[in-house]
Amino acid sequence: MSAYALQEADNEVMAAAKPETEPLIAARNVNVFYGDKQALFDICLDVPEKQVTSLIGPSGCGKTTFLRCLNRMNDLIDICRVTGDITIGGKNIYDPDVDVVALRAQVGMVFQKPNPFPKSIFENVAYGLRINGLAGSKGELKDSVERSLKQAGLIDEVYDRLEAPGTSLSGGQQQRLCIARAIAVEPKVILMDEPCSALDPIATARIEELIDTLREKFTIIIVTHSMQQAARVSQQTAFFHLGYLVEYGATDTIFTAPSDERTESYITGRIG
Amino acid sequence: MTQEHIVKSFDEDLKHIETLIIEMGGFVEKHISESATALARRDTELAAFIIKGDKRIDALEAEVDQAVVRILAQRQPMAQDLRAVVVAPKIASNLERIGDYAKNIAKRTSVLAKAQPIGSSAATIKRMCVMVQDMVKDVLEAYVSRNEAMADDVRRRDEEVDQMHNTLFRELLTYMMEDPRAISPCMHLLFISKNVERMGDHTTSIAEQVHYMVSGEIFDEERPKSDTTSTTFIEPDAAE
Amino acid sequence: MTDIIKASLPGLPRRHAAERRFQLYGKLAITMALGFLVVMIGMIGVSSIGAFTQTQIALSINFDSDSLDPEGTRDPATLAQANYSSLEKAALREVFPQVKGRRDKRKLYGLVSSSAQFTLQNKVAANPALVGTTGKFWFVASDDVDQLVKGNIDASLPETSRRMSDKELGWVEQLRASGDVQRVANVSFFTSGDSREPELAGILSAVMGSALSLLVCFVLSFPIGIMAAIYLEEFAPRGRWSDLIEININNLAAVPSIVFGLLGLAILLNTFGLPRSTPLVGGMVLALMTLPTIIIASRASLRAVPPSIREAALAIGASEVQTAFHHIAPLALPGMLTGAIVGMARALGDTAPLLMIGMVAFIVDIPASILEPATALPVQIFLWADSPERAFLEKTSAAIMVLLLFLVLMNLAAVLLRKKFERRF
Repeated sequence: MSAYALQEADNEVMAAAKPETEPLIAARNVNVFYGDKQALFDICLDVPEKQVTSLIGPSGCGKTTFLRCLNRMNDLIDICRVTGDITIGGKNIYDPDVDVVALRAQVGMVFQKPNPFPKSIFENVAYGLRINGLAGSKGELKDSVERSLKQAGLIDEVYDRLEAPGTSLSGGQQQRLCIARAIAVEPKVILMDEPCSALDPIATARIEELIDTLREKFTIIIVTHSMQQAARVSQQTAFFHLGYLVEYGATDTIFTAPSDERTESYITGRIG
Repeated sequence: MTQEHIVKSFDEDLKHIETLIIEMGGFVEKHISESATALARRDTELAAFIIKGDKRIDALEAEVDQAVVRILAQRQPMAQDLRAVVVAPKIASNLERIGDYAKNIAKRTSVLAKAQPIGSSAATIKRMCVMVQDMVKDVLEAYVSRNEAMADDVRRRDEEVDQMHNTLFRELLTYMMEDPRAISPCMHLLFISKNVERMGDHTTSIAEQVHYMVSGEIFDEERPKSDTTSTTFIEPDAAE
Repeated sequence: MTDIIKASLPGLPRRHAAERRFQLYGKLAITMALGFLVVMIGMIGVSSIGAFTQTQIALSINFDSDSLDPEGTRDPATLAQANYSSLEKAALREVFPQVKGRRDKRKLYGLVSSSAQFTLQNKVAANPALVGTTGKFWFVASDDVDQLVKGNIDASLPETSRRMSDKELGWVEQLRASGDVQRVANVSFFTSGDSREPELAGILSAVMGSALSLLVCFVLSFPIGIMAAIYLEEFAPRGRWSDLIEININNLAAVPSIVFGLLGLAILLNTFGLPRSTPLVGGMVLALMTLPTIIIASRASLRAVPPSIREAALAIGASEVQTAFHHIAPLALPGMLTGAIVGMARALGDTAPLLMIGMVAFIVDIPASILEPATALPVQIFLWADSPERAFLEKTSAAIMVLLLFLVLMNLAAVLLRKKFERRF
C-alpha cells in the first residue's frame, strides 16, 4: 500500500515537471543475431520507471536475449550482433561512447542460478561498492553493506555471520544475497533472469515479496517461466514468441483477456 | 474452444463444468414451460412435480461450485479458461434463481387453481414464459458455441418480456379495481408475472456473463430495461 | 500373485556375466600394473639399501708429536701440513705386522678409504690436544671392503675372478674377529658431493643443482605461464591467430625435451654466452620445456571456473581485468599450481636437455648459487650408472630412490595445495 502511495507521489512530481512521464527504457527496432541466425525481430518496447515488467514466453523465444541486451551482457558472446536502439534514461546504450562497465553499474542483474562469489557474505556485497568506488571509509562500507542486506530482507538471517562464506547459505538466501549485491551499487534498473527457477515455493514467495518492495526504488525487468509469478509480481507483461514481441500491456489485461491468439494459447497451456 | 490443452484432463474438467451447466439449463427450460402449462391447465399435480424437481437444480448448482473450486486449485486457469471458470458459478446461480421462480409459479398454481380465471392473463403469462424459455435456450446455445452476437441478441430480447409484464401489470390492476374479489388471484398472477420478468433479467445476466467469457469485456452500457411497473400509477377513477 | 521382479528377462544372466567379466579384466589390469611398479621399485629399493650404510674400520692411532709437530708450537698451520697418512698407515702396520713387501702393503693401506688422512687432520685441527696421545678411531673402509662386508663379493669364487685377493679377505676377517669392523648409517651420502671414490660419493651437490634449477624454472615459467594462460583464455579474441597459438602450444608440449636442450645450447650458451653447466641455464631450458604444460593446465583450470562467476562480476560493473584477477584467477589458482607442480616434477626427472647444456660434468663442489656449475639428480644417476665400480650400483639405486621421493613429495604438495585452496570457499 505504501509502495503504491509513494509511487503515486512520485508520478505527481514527475507530472509536474513534464507533461507526460517518459519511459525509462525504450527499445526501438531491436534485432539480435547470433551469427546468421536472427534471435529477435524488431522489438519495440517501453519500460515504465519504478514498475515491474515481466517478460514471458516459451523457451527460445528471445526473452532472455532481450534482457541481456539491456546491460549489454550479449557483448560477451562473440557472434552476437545487436541492431536498433535501446535508450535508458534517454541515452542510447549502444552508442560507441557508452562505457559498458558504467552501464552495468547502472543496470544490475540477478541470474537464474544463485551465483554468489566464493567469498564471505560481507565481501559479496562489498565487492561492487569497492570496485565502483562507492564507499569511502570502512565504516561507510559496512553501513552500505548492511543497508543493502536489509533492503534484500536478508540482514536478520545473516547479521551474526557476515564473515561466513556466501555459498554456505540456502538457495533462497543465496539469491537474496545476489539481489543485495546488485542493489548495493544502487543501479537504476535491475534485470532478473528467472530468479526463482531454482527455488522452492517459500523462497520464491520471499523473493516475490522482495521484488514488490524493491519496486519503490528500482525499475525491475524480470524474465520468468511461471505465468503465475508474472501475474503476481509485475505491472506490465510482454509476451515473446519465436523472436517477436507478440503482445505487451498491463499484466491484468494480459492474463485475463489477452488480445493475441498466440498469447492466449501460451498462457492457457494450449498447443500453440 | 479454439485448441486443445496440452494437458488433456484440463479440457475434460472444463467440459465437465459446461456439461453441468447445460444439464441445469435443460431442467430450468423444462420447468419454465411446465410451470406455464400447469398454470394454464390448473394442473396441481404437474405443479407439485415441478416443486419437487427444483432440488435437482439446486444440487447441480452445488456441483458446479465444487468443480469450479477444484479447477481453480488444480489448474490455475488463465485468460479464456479463467473467464470460463469464473462465469460458471454465476451462470449456475442465475439458472438456479430462474428455477426458484418457476417453483414459485408452481406453488401459486395450486392457489390459483381454486380461483376464477382472470381474463387472458394465463395466456399472456404462457407467452411470456415461452419467450423466456427461448431466451434461456438461446443463451445456453451461445454459451456452448461461444457466440457473442447471440448472447447480445438474448440480452436485447429481455425488453419484450418487460413490456409484456408492464401490460399485464396494468391489466391486473384494472381487474383488481373493478372487483375486490379478484384481488387475491390477481395478486398471485402479478407475482407470477413479476417472476417471469425476473427470469428474463437473470437470463440477461447470463447473456452478459457469456459475453464476458467470450470477449473478455464487461458490458458497461446500460441494459435495455422496459420494466416501468415500479413507476406505474393508475388513478382509481380512470378505471371507472 | 506372481513375483514380478523374479521373472527374469531373457539374456539378463548374460548381461550380468559380461559385467562381471569386464570388472575382472579391469582388476587384472590394475593388479598387473601395480605388480610391475612394486617389482621395479622393490628391486631398486632393495639394491639401494646398502648405500644408506657404510663400513668403518677402527684403528688405534698414535698421534706422534715428533712427526706431527716437531717444534711443539701446536701451530695450526704446521698441524695442517703434517703427514696424517703415515699415522694411519703406521696404525695398519701395527695391526698387521706380518705384512711385508710393497705390493702387499699398498693393498693393506687400500683397506681404508683415502679420506682417512683428512678425517685425522680434521680431528687434530678441532682438538690439538690430541697430539702426543693415542686413541682408537673409526675410519671409512674402502669400497671393496664395504662391498665385502655387505656380502656383495662372493668369497667362494676363485681368487682371480673377484676383486679382493685371499690375503685381503684374511685381513678383513682378522679385523672383524677383533671387532674392529662396524656398519653405521651413511650420513655422508646426503651431505657430500660427488667423488671418484664410491664410499665417499654423495648426492648433495646434485640435489642442490636440481633444486636451484627448479627454482629458476619455477620463477620463470609460473608467472609467464599463468599470465599467458589468463590472456589467452580471458582476453584474446577468438580467431585464426588464437587457434594457431593454441595448436602450437599443444605441439610444444609434445616436443622431445632434448630439442629444448639443443635450443638452450644454441641460443642461451652460444648466442647469449650464458655460463655453461649452471642451474641458471638449466632452469631456463627446463622453464621452456615446462611452459606449455603450465599454460595448458592453467587454461583448463580457468575454463573450469563456472561462467556464472564471470557474469556475476561483470554484471555489477567489474571490468574484464577485475573479473579475471579478482574472481577467475583465484578460483583457478589451485589448478594452475597443480599444473605447474606436475610440470616441474617432469622437469625434475628430465636429463636430456641438461646433458646438452653441460650439466653432465663431474662436480664435486656443492653449488651455492645459480651461477656456479652444478649437476642435477637425474644426471648424477646417469653418471653413476655409467661408473664401473660395484659400489656405484647401490649408489645409483639410492639416488633413484631419493629422486622418486622428491617426485612423490612434489605430487603430494600438488594434491595438498589443491585441497587447501579448494576448501577456502
